[in-house]
Amino acid sequence: MSYLTLENLHRDFGTVKALNGINIQIGEGEFLSLLGPSGCGKTTALRLVAGFDRPDAGRIVVDGRDITNVAPNKRDMGMVFQAYSLFPNLTARQNVEFGLRVRGKDRATRGSKAGELLELVGLGHAGDRFPHQLSGGMQQRVALARALAIEPRVLLLDEPLSALDAKVRVQLREEIRRIQLELGITTLYVTHDQEEALAISDHVAVMYGGVIEQMGTPSEMYTAPATPFVAEFIGTMNRLEGRVVDSTSGLVEHAGLRITIDAARGRQAGERVLVLIRPESLEVQAAGGNGDAGGNVLRADVITHTFLGPVTRVKLASGELSLTADMPPARASALPVGSSVVAHVPSEGVKLLQLGDDAPASVGLDPDNP
Amino acid sequence: MAPSAYVWLGLAAVYFLLPLYATLDFSLKENKAGVPCCTLHNYGWVIHNGDFWHTIKISFLLALETIVISLVLFVPTIYWVHLKLPRLRPVIAFMALIPFVVPPIVMVVGLLKVFAWTPGWFYGQPWGFLAAAYVILAFPYMYFSLDAGFRSIDVHTLTEASQSLGASWPTTLLKVIVPNIRTAALGASFLALAIVMGEFTIANLAAFHTFPIFLQYVNESQGFPAGALTLLSFLITWAAMLSLLLVGRKRGARGAVIAGAR
Repeated sequence: MSYLTLENLHRDFGTVKALNGINIQIGEGEFLSLLGPSGCGKTTALRLVAGFDRPDAGRIVVDGRDITNVAPNKRDMGMVFQAYSLFPNLTARQNVEFGLRVRGKDRATRGSKAGELLELVGLGHAGDRFPHQLSGGMQQRVALARALAIEPRVLLLDEPLSALDAKVRVQLREEIRRIQLELGITTLYVTHDQEEALAISDHVAVMYGGVIEQMGTPSEMYTAPATPFVAEFIGTMNRLEGRVVDSTSGLVEHAGLRITIDAARGRQAGERVLVLIRPESLEVQAAGGNGDAGGNVLRADVITHTFLGPVTRVKLASGELSLTADMPPARASALPVGSSVVAHVPSEGVKLLQLGDDAPASVGLDPDNP
Repeated sequence: MAPSAYVWLGLAAVYFLLPLYATLDFSLKENKAGVPCCTLHNYGWVIHNGDFWHTIKISFLLALETIVISLVLFVPTIYWVHLKLPRLRPVIAFMALIPFVVPPIVMVVGLLKVFAWTPGWFYGQPWGFLAAAYVILAFPYMYFSLDAGFRSIDVHTLTEASQSLGASWPTTLLKVIVPNIRTAALGASFLALAIVMGEFTIANLAAFHTFPIFLQYVNESQGFPAGALTLLSFLITWAAMLSLLLVGRKRGARGAVIAGAR
């Protein structure tokens, strides 16, 4: 049963279609992230839900009630903004109390609720500080407490962590998730950070060009991208554009390279497809060993190493073909830059997307930093 | 601080303080032969002069009226322009410059014509005609001070945060926006006060008896008391500004540091 429904929402800004008919349903207590690059329409969608903007077409329903034309101050939506939005003239406690004061709650109720929420976000000791006396992370915690104080029907978060440094970002996103689960509050979260979205959401909706490309659980989004854009945007992916040669064996050809892929079985011969291989799926060994034998093997040279902590990202080149493989640093050090290697593409677990004859295989995102 | 800085500071102090000292010296003399320096007689004359208290009261109340009308008119207007009509900012800035460009003598003739149709309680009273003229005169000072205040805060985010918490437009303006532009509003009020307390041309041509008119009259007729009057008016104006500052600070002490929402 859907608690928050975005139904066929359209929003144009001049000639730009910011939203082109998006449909989203979020169950009560669910955490959904809108994920996408800048300009994809995710913040526009959030602002429509908050009531700061009105859709050109479509409607927004919360708990069975159409709120499309309801003023923002009548919607009961708690919102945390990307910019630090605490009222500079009020202390942290007074900021948290603000929404309750507007609702005419008495001093005792306000005080106890504010104290309780400041404790919840770990800032019980900082209630008397002004925003300029708080760090960025603390300000966003207070902003979260302030949004929760009014017991909103839906919690909206518009890239609340983007101004924070990496470590605080990870800590705070975990806290947001903990608090969301503790309170069971329906949450719509906007971010361009795929790791953040995958880490804390029940469901993720990837947006691009004002439409939803795919919606699913974080695991589905990672393991089974439904469109070339999602494949390109979520995580790092090797993308080989090719054609099915033999539908019985699942043989696919890409620039002279022939590989057998389970997912290609049953496809029509000659069909244009996009082969998607995660960097961690590639098995890379030094040339001249036992790995040279067998199918799905590609001879290549090591071009670069990039140390990423738990893994080292190794770039391989074979003629015009370029591949990326992730492996433990110890194994990567045995394959120095310039050495010849063989890369084995497993036939299982490799995804295949059908491409129309005119459809682009890539939208041009940087594969390492989408 | 470099030694040369002290020299420049000293020169500036002399530039400002020397006229004040000369006025003080002048105000302590008496227009009688053989009276030794110094006497407070001129100050006594001013303090016991009914016209002095009457005119300074009129000018001070006019200043307060100008400040209140200007703030009520300009704060919501500039807020709305920042929030919804940012393209209008240059237009309003241009309009705000007009009182600088049009000489007061031209302005008063125009205003007397424009307001000629208004009823006597407006046209014949300083609280009506003169206050309207002073609001126009104070417009540039008010606008540029308030505009700077609005630019120092994130108007959009604060407004949206307030609305998402359930606040109406008036609540957002009065409880969120105004407290955070208090310093700018205070600065604008000081300037309006100073302008009204010293405005001569419009009041004179419109035949209203304000403090600058009285000052001019005394200056023309009695030299030494004029010095005392000048210094006393100076002190009273500064006292008024200080009280405005204290009132503003007292209510907004916690919000004194509003370097911006970001």
